[in-house]
Amino acid sequence: MQIEIIHQPNKLIARLAGELDEYSAVEVRKKLDWAIDLAVVQNFIFDFSGVTFMDSTGIGVLLGRYKKLKAKGMYVHITGANGHIDKILNTAGIYTIINKIAK
Amino acid sequence: MNKFCMQISALSSNEAFVRSTVSAFCAHLNPTLEQLEEIKTAVSEAFTNCVVHAYSRGEEQTIGVEVSLEKDRASIIIEDHGKGIEDVEKAMQPFFTTRPEQERSGMGFTLMNTFMDSVTVTSQVGNGTKVVMTKIIKEGD
Repeated sequence: MQIEIIHQPNKLIARLAGELDEYSAVEVRKKLDWAIDLAVVQNFIFDFSGVTFMDSTGIGVLLGRYKKLKAKGMYVHITGANGHIDKILNTAGIYTIINKIAK
Repeated sequence: MNKFCMQISALSSNEAFVRSTVSAFCAHLNPTLEQLEEIKTAVSEAFTNCVVHAYSRGEEQTIGVEVSLEKDRASIIIEDHGKGIEDVEKAMQPFFTTRPEQERSGMGFTLMNTFMDSVTVTSQVGNGTKVVMTKIIKEGD
């Protein structure tokens, strides 16, 4: 899985691409945490446009990052999930805590 | 009936191979892309469960994957011979996990139930766990 961190005024965008599963999650956590630890902006956006597969491991990854971001007082958003991944996020109740925004 | 089975090492690096292979085989039934995605996710959940929970670290073990295709349905069996689940009903509850410290969401069985038409889990402590899932795929669905 590829992760690109994009800095914009007042926000960080983590653009994820590829498959997010138990195998890729280790590296994903590491890269996202590195970006979160350094972040000094108010908003953090997970851009899922390039994610072609995700299972419940991804839910755990998102919830873990959400806790860190919240603890830093940051706002968390998610965008670009395809129809199937959107359904997974919905089923797990992710949208009740992480704001879904249009791309 | 068209059938395929394999035994594969219980490694997380095999997850992508297993879900892709199973969904490619299910393509025989002409499912929609959405149905294939649903099968992929359910298989990934079941296989990952075995990889994460069934065996102790360093133990070299395998997971059985079996797919049978009939006219209107795919039946998928994912089976390990690991430590088994003490309370299956509890394990299948949404958000239940024995490993919260590893950021496990506890949503695996919930997603299997959401995306498949039936999910049956049988487990015996010390002998392993068998997950049988069925997906109905009707012509022109």
